[in-house]
Amino acid sequence: MEETLKRTPLYEMHLKYGGRMVPFGGWEMPVQYSGVIEEHRAVREAAGLFDVSHMGEFELKGPQALDLIQLVSVNNAAKLEIGQVQYSLMCYENGTVVDDILVYRLGEFHYWLVVNAGNIDKDWEWVNYCAERAGLKNLELQNLSPEIGQIAIQGPLAAKIMQPLVPNVVLDELKFYWAKTGVTVAGFKSVVFSRTGYTGEDGFEIYCKKEDTAALWEALLEAGEEYGLVPAGLGARDTLRFEAKLPLYGHEISDQLTPLEAGLGFFVKLKKGTDFIGRAALAAQKEKGVEKKLVGIEMIDRGIPRQGYEIAKDGTVVGVVTTGTFSPTLQRSIGNAYVPAALSGLGSEVDVIIRGKALKAKVVETPFYQPRYYR
Amino acid sequence: MSGNVPANLRYTKEHEWIKVEGNVGIVGITDYAQHHLGDVVFVEVPAVGRVLKAHEQFGVVESVKTVSDIYCPVSGKVVEVNTELENAPETVNQSPYEGGWIIKVELANPAELDTLLDAAAYAKHIEEA
Repeated sequence: MEETLKRTPLYEMHLKYGGRMVPFGGWEMPVQYSGVIEEHRAVREAAGLFDVSHMGEFELKGPQALDLIQLVSVNNAAKLEIGQVQYSLMCYENGTVVDDILVYRLGEFHYWLVVNAGNIDKDWEWVNYCAERAGLKNLELQNLSPEIGQIAIQGPLAAKIMQPLVPNVVLDELKFYWAKTGVTVAGFKSVVFSRTGYTGEDGFEIYCKKEDTAALWEALLEAGEEYGLVPAGLGARDTLRFEAKLPLYGHEISDQLTPLEAGLGFFVKLKKGTDFIGRAALAAQKEKGVEKKLVGIEMIDRGIPRQGYEIAKDGTVVGVVTTGTFSPTLQRSIGNAYVPAALSGLGSEVDVIIRGKALKAKVVETPFYQPRYYR
Repeated sequence: MSGNVPANLRYTKEHEWIKVEGNVGIVGITDYAQHHLGDVVFVEVPAVGRVLKAHEQFGVVESVKTVSDIYCPVSGKVVEVNTELENAPETVNQSPYEGGWIIKVELANPAELDTLLDAAAYAKHIEEA
């Protein structure tokens, strides 16, 4: 049974700018325009423009909005000041991951959860179910996803390109993981404007009204042209985030994996003072120690590790690759893989099974690429 | 995108081309294939001496995002592989019919060539794709 793919407000723009459209999580999205390597390099050296309108946005308002977030989110949202953003995860009772999210505090009792495109329906159901089960009624929950478009501009020149377009904001004063509401961008009143991203470079994410997205996209491309701004697709988005050690749901995290196994323990605030779903399981796992760990690997023999390829040691399968590629920035074949804790030390040698052959790889430090966030 | 389809070559439906010089067939992937693959970053070639059957998978061409199997259009023994592709895999994109050749095989059965697509048939095949 073929399902019709959803399209973002930028679909026509993608065709106009030569985007090669592919199915992604139920959406028809551009995997590349000029080429994955060229777009990847542009983001590292100048700037790239991404359509991220397929992402989901849930609005939570009211006195119990924070209570709901604290219940479903592993991080401590009580620490958020107005305008602040934090990365977090939602977990099931057994500690495995529902989704990774961004939590935005937009007002005293006003929050947004930004969720992955492929998980919107699941997450929306989950958040509502949790609110109901916990009897949290003094709050308003709205799924804004269908009404909100989103564009990300990422790269060392992103701020330079953006500043003339946001005359009412001094970008030097907007810190990493902070947001503003109602910022006028290229003459359009945006909904949320944040210094966040998924590439390991400085950049901004602009959440706008769906009907403004296409015009904003063109305005940004025009303003950025002299600086080398190019449209960038999902292919480059994946290689960029992977080099910077950012997880992707369905790869490094899933409903079979916990944040602790994925090396995201920093975001799991077991001591935040309120209970959250999955807390007991995660505390127990922390106490006991994880049995498997996510590590970075680099090939020693010639070959490229890919998602799903098995990791073996002395002839026995012991793990799996979650993401792998030939890195455009580093010019090396690298990957993320789950291996037994005992094999997770730096320099540890493992085999990657590629088309039936055991090819040697070693555990290396991550991130592969050192992020250059605005600090 | 139909791309370049040289008239003097033979083709497979899987987008390989073969150029015959005497008893040796030179094999690579077509312009259409390299365009759809994107930036080639890795080519896996068989060992010299390996004996292949027609339509047998003999290696892969990898882009950043995908792994693509490549199949030998004819039966024969591998007599040479393009070692340049180890350090310059992008040659497959830049010159798919010349510098980007992948293997050379000694033809076991030249009659097999007649079963392959000619340029017109291949051009039609990719037009309809």
